Amino acid sequence: MENNLKKVDIIFEVDDKCTPLEVLDKTLKRSADDIILDLIDSGLKGRGGAGFPTGLKWKFTRNETGDVKYVICNADEGEPGTFKDREILDRVPEKIFAGMTICGYVVGAKEGYIYLRGEYNFLLKNLMKKLEDFNNALKKRNIDFRIYFKSGSGAYVCGEESALFESMEGKRGEPRNKPPYPTVAGYNSKPTVINNVETLVYTTMICHMGPEKFKALGTSDSRGSKVFSVSGDTPIPGIYELELGMPLHEFVNEFGDGDTKAVQVGGASGHCVPRKKFNDTIIGFEGIPTGGSMMIFNSSRSMYNVLHDYLEFFTEESCGQCTPCRVGCQQLLKGIEAVKRGERPPAYLDDLKKLTGTMKIAAKCGLGQSVGNPFNSIIDNFREEIIY
Amino acid sequence: MLTTEALVKELVEKNGRNRNSLMPVLQGIVQQEHYLSEEALLCVAKELDLAAADVYGTASFYTFLDTVPRGKNIIRVCKTITCHMKGKDEIINTLSNALKIKVGETTHDKKFTLLTANCLGWCHKGPVMLINDEVYPELTPQKALEIVEEYAKSTH
Repeated sequence: MENNLKKVDIIFEVDDKCTPLEVLDKTLKRSADDIILDLIDSGLKGRGGAGFPTGLKWKFTRNETGDVKYVICNADEGEPGTFKDREILDRVPEKIFAGMTICGYVVGAKEGYIYLRGEYNFLLKNLMKKLEDFNNALKKRNIDFRIYFKSGSGAYVCGEESALFESMEGKRGEPRNKPPYPTVAGYNSKPTVINNVETLVYTTMICHMGPEKFKALGTSDSRGSKVFSVSGDTPIPGIYELELGMPLHEFVNEFGDGDTKAVQVGGASGHCVPRKKFNDTIIGFEGIPTGGSMMIFNSSRSMYNVLHDYLEFFTEESCGQCTPCRVGCQQLLKGIEAVKRGERPPAYLDDLKKLTGTMKIAAKCGLGQSVGNPFNSIIDNFREEIIY
Repeated sequence: MLTTEALVKELVEKNGRNRNSLMPVLQGIVQQEHYLSEEALLCVAKELDLAAADVYGTASFYTFLDTVPRGKNIIRVCKTITCHMKGKDEIINTLSNALKIKVGETTHDKKFTLLTANCLGWCHKGPVMLINDEVYPELTPQKALEIVEEYAKSTH
């Protein structure tokens, strides 16, 4: 079958003629406003999943007054099905450090932190050494910016930016009310840029190659490329950097095992797309956006088990702070179990769908708000598998 | 080995005497003592000038900050969907039989605790487990058993 899927090599590309430090040197000769304009022009949106325009985030933080500001790299990659940040941290950490330093220069921050999930502590030994070399290189250049590591301790919700700040401040990882947004009051209530690992690498690479090359990839709504974590029923699981805006059927042709029943796009909190919708689903901000998690299920899999696993995950990882999420996750899980056992009629699933609507409006953070994504897309497309 | 009090003082000294140091201090204690005892939590509260309830509140929030005694080696088998599809149940059953403990329990000699964990970020190479900070992807029941036996030999 014909396939137009375009593989890209930006994130992991190693160019001996232009190291991340050389990109940094080159970039710091430019004005902060020019760098921001380039980022806005490139169309880069956050690669963690939420997709906020990176250039604007930097601009808002730059516009805040105050001497103390922070740059934080969100390396609390916990979304089921995602493992790209671990690979990036392992293979090209200097590109992350360079992106953070450029950001520090642009917004006027002197400290940067990488919040690494506790599950990735085994990376620390190697990373600390590389970070020390990088910090020394900054010192030698008289650049007033230093980067530090902070470790998480096994809490999915800390990937939510305000919960991450709470955790760094020694508190329970409970999300804050917004506004204020991090650009105004983030870590230690100071203006903070918080970017995903992959986003920071793209900022370095856009500074290196210019916005035009980046913009030439993808579609008008989804500029550039993105690293995808491919897992599940596929003969070739792993990390792939692909152009954004691809139709899902092309992805399935490339990665499926010939018997693909559904793809969960965007991890446990994302959407489940059944085979009949592969043709008209676009992977990108105009279709289904994703932090990169692509889990493939073939016809041997029970979608009830898949949904059950996701709901168990959310029930355990809900921080418990707000009632809609804490109670909602539990009731959804109990609810599908009751329908499966025949203790509740199939129509009860529609009541549960209404509950996800309440959670979407009333839950405090993205965790509770997005549980309806997998729930409704699996119930709507695989209702018979949930009931029988 | 340091007493708990000395360990807490050392960690506070190293990380700074403020609330922002709470996580690294608690993480440091878990690394040495495998869990946070009541004594340790009270010591931290005193050293950082925080309410004990605050310290316990933070500690009890995080999966990796255990407040019940754990073995020297903590095994965490990933149970999330792709590892589930690749056979994490067999891994758990094999380890459970070999160590003669259920998930959540610790062996009598205090060498091992067997736990499950949510997604560890190795979905392309499942099933996977962590033992302390080390990661072991692409497991088979046999491979998992051999790895745990190695730990048994080297732990006194």
